[in-house]
Amino acid sequence: MNDRETAVAGRPAPPAPSPGGEGGLRAERVGRLAGGRLVVDGVTLAPRPGETVGLLGPNGSGKSTLLRLLSGVLAPSAGVVVLDGRPLGRTARRTVARRVAVVEQHANTSTDLRVRDVVALGRIPHRRPWTPVSAADGAAVAAALEATGLTGMADRSWHTLSGGERQRAQIARALAQEPGELLLDEPTNHLDIQYQLDLMELVVGLPVTTVIAMHDLNLAAMYCDRLLVLRGGRAVAEGTPREVLTPALIGEVYGVRAEVAQGPGHPVIRFLRQAPARPGGAR
Amino acid sequence: MTGARLALLSCAGLAVLAVSVAVAVTIGPADITTSEVARSTLARLGYGESPLSVLREGIVWNLRMPRALLAAVCGAGLALCGAVMQSLLRNPLADPFVLGVSSGASTGAVVVIVLGWGAGAVSLSAGAFVGAVLSFGLVVLLSHTLGATMDRVVLSGVAAMQLFSALTSFIVLTSADAETTRGVLFWLLGSLAGAQWSDVVLCALVLAAVLAVCLAHTGTLDAFAFGEEAAAHLGVRVARARLLLLTATALLTAAMVSVAGAIGFVGLVLPHITRLLTGSGHARLLPVTALAGAVFLVWVDTAARTLLDPQEIPVGVVTSLIGVPAFIVVLYRVRRAS
Repeated sequence: MNDRETAVAGRPAPPAPSPGGEGGLRAERVGRLAGGRLVVDGVTLAPRPGETVGLLGPNGSGKSTLLRLLSGVLAPSAGVVVLDGRPLGRTARRTVARRVAVVEQHANTSTDLRVRDVVALGRIPHRRPWTPVSAADGAAVAAALEATGLTGMADRSWHTLSGGERQRAQIARALAQEPGELLLDEPTNHLDIQYQLDLMELVVGLPVTTVIAMHDLNLAAMYCDRLLVLRGGRAVAEGTPREVLTPALIGEVYGVRAEVAQGPGHPVIRFLRQAPARPGGAR
Repeated sequence: MTGARLALLSCAGLAVLAVSVAVAVTIGPADITTSEVARSTLARLGYGESPLSVLREGIVWNLRMPRALLAAVCGAGLALCGAVMQSLLRNPLADPFVLGVSSGASTGAVVVIVLGWGAGAVSLSAGAFVGAVLSFGLVVLLSHTLGATMDRVVLSGVAAMQLFSALTSFIVLTSADAETTRGVLFWLLGSLAGAQWSDVVLCALVLAAVLAVCLAHTGTLDAFAFGEEAAAHLGVRVARARLLLLTATALLTAAMVSVAGAIGFVGLVLPHITRLLTGSGHARLLPVTALAGAVFLVWVDTAARTLLDPQEIPVGVVTSLIGVPAFIVVLYRVRRAS
């Protein structure tokens, strides 16, 4: 039963960052072995409260694995992930779920659920067995629907939603968890550009610390406060979009040529056709 | 749906179930009226005199009543098992019979009988439990190595069902004292004939315990809607929850199979019908589907024992006749949705 876990873990502490940066969710030199290979290798990530951190890197660079380490569904082979100074592996799953919410890349269900039901799933870590839905649960669901602009579709069936609406519903579910940290794995994949921009506006406007794995460098440049670039499981660059997104780094990490212009408040990346001298890209 | 509506629906379900049992008890070769049953019941509770002769008292209280109640308990249990398995395995076709759990339980019970271990329903249930767990383990292992898609889980279940049905038939047919063992038909198709009060009590106790465990985990079951990783993100300890709840369903299946054989498709059909009424939330679905399963099996068994009077059809034949078309409908709807 979950009672014991909660009794041990107690009430989740507020995400108050102490001077040493002890609060919140941090990965310290985490590594993860899969099939004899290090898919994440010595990565440190310590988002500051309220900021949006973009995880960049080509396919297989370890973005998703790093997110799964941060959410605690994978245990690190090396290093440690801590939540408010306590290793995630020694924190009850329910306690973690009340602090850290995750939006996966694909969400699929064969169950017939309304949007309201999907969002209400976010209240599971807050509820106890044998108790009916509380007023706080109802209020959190209503607030999450409102924040994501889904109030009008609350009674629609999940199966009738478009891809963008499904992602919104998943984000609403995550908000209903009332998390301090939100982890998103390529949430704008396969969405029309309008939905991509809508979704990013929504995400960066949320009052939570966000770590978001992304493919699109321009979206990352527009919306993230800070970027962490992975290649082969290692962190190769970290900093503001302006510091990180340089033609040299893009060439090194993605093997493509690009020009970077300093746009209004954020860099703008323009990709170039392959130069004949470098077939197949760098390395 | 609010708690009040759930309470209303549950009370209505219980009332329908009570009436169903009372009416089912009056149906049969010996004519007995509902009012006679009601007065006899009151007499048993210490109010007034029973209007029935000793013979008829015997028919009601030793034959028909335990049988109707066992049908109710088994129907509730099978529907509950189906609903829980469908959610945990994220497979709309999951059911103790389809996945071979019931067949494994049959084999386990038959082995206990042939080896002469222990006596009575409890040792039979223990053997059935071992068989159910073995079969379930085989299906989970097989489908896991095959990739655990919906089709492969069902195919693995079919393989397990065939294997354990063959083993059961072999053991029953070759055992030295086939007279004392119940027939092959009983174990493969299920039957509620010969229901005893001790069977009812055993199954009701196991049902109550498993229902309590499941109702304590309705949030956990809800959390599995988007898969195991999503459930973990919602604070569920997935491996532990899956082990606990699947073991509970195997235990309940074993208890039912040991007294009534492998009755098929109740667990497949009833949860789907109930969801139309309650939605997918397990706090509502589980109690209502259990009540619906109870009412369903009381009537199906009444039909099975009276339709071809004086011959009796094994109840599993009737549930299969209803269940297989439903299986096809579910399959068709899943195909269309994906």
